[in-house]
Amino acid sequence: MTSIAAELPSNYLTREHTVRSWLLTTDHKRIALLFFASITFFFFVGGFAATLIRLHLVNPAGTLLQPDMYNRMFTMHGIVMVWFFLIPSIPATLGNFLLPLMIGAHDLAFPRLNLASWYVFNISGALAIYFLLAGGVDTGWTFYTPFSTMYSNGHVMAAAAAVFVNGFSTIMTALNFVVTTHRLRAPGMTFMRLPLFVWAIYATSLVMLLATPVLAMTLALMAIERGLHVGIFDPALGGDPLLFQHLFWFYSHPAVYIMILPAFGVISEVITCFARKRIFGYEGMVWAMMAIAIIGFLVWGHHMFVAGISIYAAILYSVMTFIVAVPSAIKVFNWIATLHGGSIRFDAPMLYALGFIGLFTTGGLTGLIIATVAIDVHVTDTYFIVAHFHYIMVGGAVTAYFAGLHYWWPKITGRLYPEIWARGAALLIFVGFNLTFFPQFILGYLGMPRRYYAYPPEFQVWHVLSSAGASILAVAYVLPLFYLAWSLVYGAKAGPNPWRATGLEWRSASPPPAHNFSGTPFVTTGPYRYNTTDDGYVSQDGSAGA
Amino acid sequence: MRSLKPQMQFATLAQQTETAQLGMWVFIATEVMFFGVLFFAYTVYRASYPEQFRLAGHDTQLLLGSINVAILLTSSLTMVLAINAAREQRDRMAAGLLLATAALGLAFIGIKGYEYLLDYQAQSVPRLDYVFKPGQGGPTELFWMFYFIATGVHAIHLSIGIVLVLIMAWRARRGAFSRAYHAPLEVVGLYWSFVDIVWVFLFAAIYPLGRGGT
Amino acid sequence: MEWLPFWPKDAAVSGHVVDTLYIFELALTTLILISVYGLMLVFCIRYWRGRKVDRTKGAAKSWVWEIGWTSATLVAFLALFVWGAKAFIFLYQPPPADIEIFVVAKQWMWKTQHPGGQREIDELHVPIGKSVRLVLTSEDVIHSFYIPAFRVKHDVVPGQYETFWFKATKTGEFRLQCAEFCGTQHAHMGGRIVVMPAAAYARWLTDQGAHESLARQGEALFRKYGCSGCHGTNSAVHAPSLAGVYGSVVQLDGGGTARADERYIRDSILLPRSQIVAGYAPIMPSFAGQIGEDDLVAIVAYIQSLSRPPGASP
Repeated sequence: MTSIAAELPSNYLTREHTVRSWLLTTDHKRIALLFFASITFFFFVGGFAATLIRLHLVNPAGTLLQPDMYNRMFTMHGIVMVWFFLIPSIPATLGNFLLPLMIGAHDLAFPRLNLASWYVFNISGALAIYFLLAGGVDTGWTFYTPFSTMYSNGHVMAAAAAVFVNGFSTIMTALNFVVTTHRLRAPGMTFMRLPLFVWAIYATSLVMLLATPVLAMTLALMAIERGLHVGIFDPALGGDPLLFQHLFWFYSHPAVYIMILPAFGVISEVITCFARKRIFGYEGMVWAMMAIAIIGFLVWGHHMFVAGISIYAAILYSVMTFIVAVPSAIKVFNWIATLHGGSIRFDAPMLYALGFIGLFTTGGLTGLIIATVAIDVHVTDTYFIVAHFHYIMVGGAVTAYFAGLHYWWPKITGRLYPEIWARGAALLIFVGFNLTFFPQFILGYLGMPRRYYAYPPEFQVWHVLSSAGASILAVAYVLPLFYLAWSLVYGAKAGPNPWRATGLEWRSASPPPAHNFSGTPFVTTGPYRYNTTDDGYVSQDGSAGA
Repeated sequence: MRSLKPQMQFATLAQQTETAQLGMWVFIATEVMFFGVLFFAYTVYRASYPEQFRLAGHDTQLLLGSINVAILLTSSLTMVLAINAAREQRDRMAAGLLLATAALGLAFIGIKGYEYLLDYQAQSVPRLDYVFKPGQGGPTELFWMFYFIATGVHAIHLSIGIVLVLIMAWRARRGAFSRAYHAPLEVVGLYWSFVDIVWVFLFAAIYPLGRGGT
Repeated sequence: MEWLPFWPKDAAVSGHVVDTLYIFELALTTLILISVYGLMLVFCIRYWRGRKVDRTKGAAKSWVWEIGWTSATLVAFLALFVWGAKAFIFLYQPPPADIEIFVVAKQWMWKTQHPGGQREIDELHVPIGKSVRLVLTSEDVIHSFYIPAFRVKHDVVPGQYETFWFKATKTGEFRLQCAEFCGTQHAHMGGRIVVMPAAAYARWLTDQGAHESLARQGEALFRKYGCSGCHGTNSAVHAPSLAGVYGSVVQLDGGGTARADERYIRDSILLPRSQIVAGYAPIMPSFAGQIGEDDLVAIVAYIQSLSRPPGASP
């Protein structure tokens, strides 16, 4: 139970200043920041595509962009946001930074593999920039055959190569996380004492490891068919285009759990800290995340209800989809139950977390609607689906990412961000988001299909509302860039534990020293020992906070 | 003799060794999923076109494929023996056995290359002079697509393994390994055995087709 | 439902079924969302750190509550699933078809063929109240045949036949849209479904001019492509007779069976060696690449007609 110096002579940021010390670092904290730079870049690339799309769709005749350009825009938006922003966002930045700190380790199990993962990510990013600048690809992020293999005029091979390489970065990071969680926990840190964020990253990594290789091989097969003009999905040979869909969605459904599970972890950390109350049902939360990870592999066919699968297969996928929704519901109940009897503060991370609960629940409930096969037949491939997944991936995962960014900003940078601006941005995001995507549910049930560059005029009012919301969202997402950057220079210095939280990461200085802890922490208690009535708390290494 | 201090994030060398092994097992799990896609798709099509696949499978080089099974199994033996030798600090023996492992791997690649040549001459390579033999239709070309993709991906994995084994041989020769420290050898050995097993499964799936046994 | 603002037209049997389910689930969703937001609001206000309130009651764990709400959720979700599944089975098990329409999709148009031989592009005229069965295929990429007012959609896949049915309950014109991204003009690959009263439909059919029925066109193609050379009654070649084959169960070489539906017939023409009929040699040549989708559809219609008693309408 050592006390922590208020400020160290050198921390992981100030230790060395050379470019080489950054580009050849094996320190997981620096690598987290390197990833942060990369994915933030791609967030704005994908956001740029989204801006053009929403601007274009204000007019039903669709004249802003040429049809081919529009088609490449929505494809670019999907590919960049899914693989170059969302999937790495929480794991490669917050996960990288926090996992060793939270379990009391000095680094990840394989630090050089960690650095390699960043370089591989950047190689895939370079391939992505290449195919974007060379003219883009128009297959949609889903690359369905035979359009992708035989008819598209876009740079399909380059796009497939970019995603293929990107997958290796994901696998390397996930492998590191799983092995680290098993082998590098500090003495006393049993599995059932792990913070829920660690469990979330662990579950995510398991899914990444088992699903991503399937995508890699599937894209390789698709690329081979495109390059050689003969392949295993080719109907002329007796091949089945639906086989591609089965293989693609076998990865891509677990992929959406890859995107949301880390978010669950962040929200649990934030809610419990800002309600000053131990999370309700810790064990239930753990089992819920593991159940989602496993059952998530069994529902992929719900993307193919109208593709030509049998009626019996459809019913099976439907029931599994209803079942996978149950653990998510449990998590929402438990978060709300944590608020009950708490002592609640409304700092920015908490505002994001509360927004997450509302938006994620909306997305999840609409998921039930489309799990109902009869309804899905009507709304699949329409804006209803677009609205559903944006509620979860943006309203959910991106909101949680921002929650985590703000929550751990003091730990990562040693500075406090300006609270008023942060709260304002959080509220603006909530309002802008709902205005952007709620009208799309209506559009979908009215029958507006996806991926349409032009549409019947009676849909215009909903598109205009949606685009108006998008303009608010754009401002809201750019704001943090400015005030977070401002805080790096002018923000108040944060102490080791400005939020008075119980995790091991708050037992090191802000920013932490190069090797996280001097000596080895010894864990004596489980997480979230907040005392709601007298506002005290006990850290996981046993030290008491007043 | 290198220092036996573990890396900074590990408390003991034993922890570092166990961690390395767990890492390789996890990697092998991802490889199972990677190859699994090929096996799955192959199985689906074989069930859809049993007669066509039988006809196509009949033209594979059974003898060469079988010899390659024997070669790889033997190489796994030499690999294990190399690890044992290294544990007992018998560096020259270990290096020699590792070289034998790599040589067997290269022999496999050579035989595979010869087999591809024979397949090309028999006009079984899709898109390169491919010809439908009597009674054959489109799905036979599907079979051959699988054959070349699956054995090709396997050969790439084997080639990577050969490079790793050669690096291990070089390190063993310079006395890097001992009873206390031979984790890299075990990890490479694990990978090598995995590549070996994949070949056994590929062999069982592809070669016996159309020869009366299936 | 159409008195609701922003509600789509409902013009088929499926419309009512789907809308009822949807309204119920929407109501449930709204209720749950109100509870979630409401509880959050109530707790945030009541337990705000600045308020003096009893905080000793907040539990960190309660198996009673957890098992309780988990079970309740599971039961509720499964009940929803059962209702949805029953609706789905009703909608997708086709009743006997009154009319069968062949649809061939290509970038970026819909070609529909009536059994009487009438053809349409980007349009489909159907009578009200009759069960319409569609057999769809694509000439190039995957498309999707979507009629929002009927709440039906089905992907159209190259290399195979997909089928679904609908029964219109209102006359009028309803939008048809492609719903699977298929290239540059995907957004303009649409058309209209025109539902007419029975008499008007019959008039429309005759107004299209004299057409050979689809089956008669197919019969001519059957001779033109040489099929009758082996499958005709006086052939010297040992080939299976096609009389009555459509809809029957065929014994296959190697022991399996297959139902001779449209897919089977089409595969037999394009990939004859994939499924050999028991007792026959695999000598039928493949017609892959030689017969376009439009002609194939006619030949299939002809073979279908060989199962009907003479004199029955196509």
